[in-house]
Amino acid sequence: MSAQPSRWQRFLASDLWYSFRRSPVALLSSLILLVCVVCAVFAPQIAPHNPLDLATLNLMDATLPPAWMAEGSSKFLLGTDGYGRDILSALFYGARISLFIGLGSVLLSMLLGVSLGLLAGFVGGKVDGFIMRVCDVMLSFPSILVALLINGVGKTLFPDAGETLAFSVLILAIALTGWVQYARTVRGSTLVERNKEYVQAARVVGVGSLRIMRRHVLPNVLGPVLVLATLQVALAIITEATLSFLGVGVPPTSPSLGTLIRIGNEFLYSGQWWITIFPGLMLVLISLSVNLLGDWLRDALNPRLQ
Amino acid sequence: MLVFILRRLLQAGVVMLSVAFIAFSLFQFVGDPVANMLGQDATPEQRDQLRRDLGLDQSFVVQFGSFLGNAVQGEFGLSLRQGRKVSTLIAEAFPATIELALTAALIAVGVGIPLGVYAALRRGRFFAQLVMALSLVGVSLPTFLIGILLIMVFAVNLQLLPSNGRHEVLSLGFWTTSFHSWASFKYLILPALTLSLFQLTLIMRLVRSEMLEVLRTDYIKFARARGLSERVVHFRHALRNTLVPVITITGLQLGSLIAFAIITETVFQWPGMGLLFIQAVQNADIPVMAAYLCLISLIFVTINLVVDLLYFAVDPRLRVHSTGH
Repeated sequence: MSAQPSRWQRFLASDLWYSFRRSPVALLSSLILLVCVVCAVFAPQIAPHNPLDLATLNLMDATLPPAWMAEGSSKFLLGTDGYGRDILSALFYGARISLFIGLGSVLLSMLLGVSLGLLAGFVGGKVDGFIMRVCDVMLSFPSILVALLINGVGKTLFPDAGETLAFSVLILAIALTGWVQYARTVRGSTLVERNKEYVQAARVVGVGSLRIMRRHVLPNVLGPVLVLATLQVALAIITEATLSFLGVGVPPTSPSLGTLIRIGNEFLYSGQWWITIFPGLMLVLISLSVNLLGDWLRDALNPRLQ
Repeated sequence: MLVFILRRLLQAGVVMLSVAFIAFSLFQFVGDPVANMLGQDATPEQRDQLRRDLGLDQSFVVQFGSFLGNAVQGEFGLSLRQGRKVSTLIAEAFPATIELALTAALIAVGVGIPLGVYAALRRGRFFAQLVMALSLVGVSLPTFLIGILLIMVFAVNLQLLPSNGRHEVLSLGFWTTSFHSWASFKYLILPALTLSLFQLTLIMRLVRSEMLEVLRTDYIKFARARGLSERVVHFRHALRNTLVPVITITGLQLGSLIAFAIITETVFQWPGMGLLFIQAVQNADIPVMAAYLCLISLIFVTINLVVDLLYFAVDPRLRVHSTGH
């Protein structure tokens, strides 16, 4: 046995892992999330049909109900949409796009927010004042509105954008609404940390400001950021779904969960509920389990509750 | 005091100016309006003439200045899609959105406060816990999904309520309303309910936590010790003290209601400003987008300014702090 336990061993022995194993809510929601993520990531391998391949579609199969209903077919477990696409496969592919955009925008906004927050807290003065004023203004608008506006402006700038560009604009639009939360959290903790002795000691030894920020302050302010990031993933996925539902999100050639709900919405009046309800259910399952996981993480990392 | 107000006004002014600048820059990206208006076979002289007539030969600053002048008067030109004046389109859609938002706010407050009080006073009982659990689901459900579910249940399955559009309205000069008859009002119910649900859960959870907080304070214990009845303690003393933050939040949320109306209006095809804006985004209708951008920012900046000033009027500590410097 080595004297220094590996990272993995330290993790297994940590309070966090212990509290995770003891919390049924955390276990259940991460299980649901794991299933969703696996379905999304391996969609091309495990989906029974390829909904993006137009050649395999047969209009004779259009709007079939789920398999357990009278007219359902065992070939399409959750039924088909108006073009004869298999709903289950469309769900897998849709979740893939939703998760990709959700995670992408959260990563981007975390990078932006943490950097600006560190800068504001560590440098202070005019820089701090300016960044915080911008935060105030951003916070006074609802995030969905900001995302919608940025995305709208982006769409106007590049009217015939390709798929990659459309995705980038969307991710950027959602990221630009979320960074404020990180910036404020990190700034607050940085203000506390920067006067502590270890930072002063590092400074006395002659470590540069950038290095102090990155190597010494940053690891100590990451706890709340982690909680925030988890909760923001749910928010970002819902924002993406909302934008796509409004018809201004992902390009129609690569439908996300929101697009699927939008498509299904037109069939609701003729009683074909499954085209809308299943993507909606998947969306709620993902966002609810991410939210519950985030709540658990917040309590688990809060030293006052232990 | 004066410094505080001036600083806030200045800040609001800066925000509005930057929004106006963004709106103005939108116009710079739609291509050359001269080429669009004159077509292929215009002579260079004709182009120059039109350019002068439209004021496009002037400097950027002068153009921005005249844009601002027009915007202040509510003048944003013609809608590219509908060919009508943007100000007219907005004026037609404005009452529909405000009516929807106010009705939703009324539902949120009228149902949210009693439910919150109930959940606080009967904490631990089955029904109170059910209400809290449902509110968690309500927060996780996106607005558009709530709308779709309501349409499915009440419009498609039960066929009780209509699901889209706004019925004929009563025109009161510059305002239109659906409150004059049941036939019209029916069309308002589902959209208003959808829009209110998120705010309702928010208000309910806020009232509950504030109420629990207040019930722990000394003056409540003292009121109980004086032998006042539970009803008086709960409603005269506790509830009244929880209402200050609740009213502030509700006021602040009024802006969000107008913003979230974009989603609700799209789901229910309610002819308000939100639907107008979404159609403008889908069709790259710049004048309408610019007008909506400026109007919604004005609404938000005004609400925030009023709330800030109210805080200042209500909380004496802020006054001491600002004069101390």
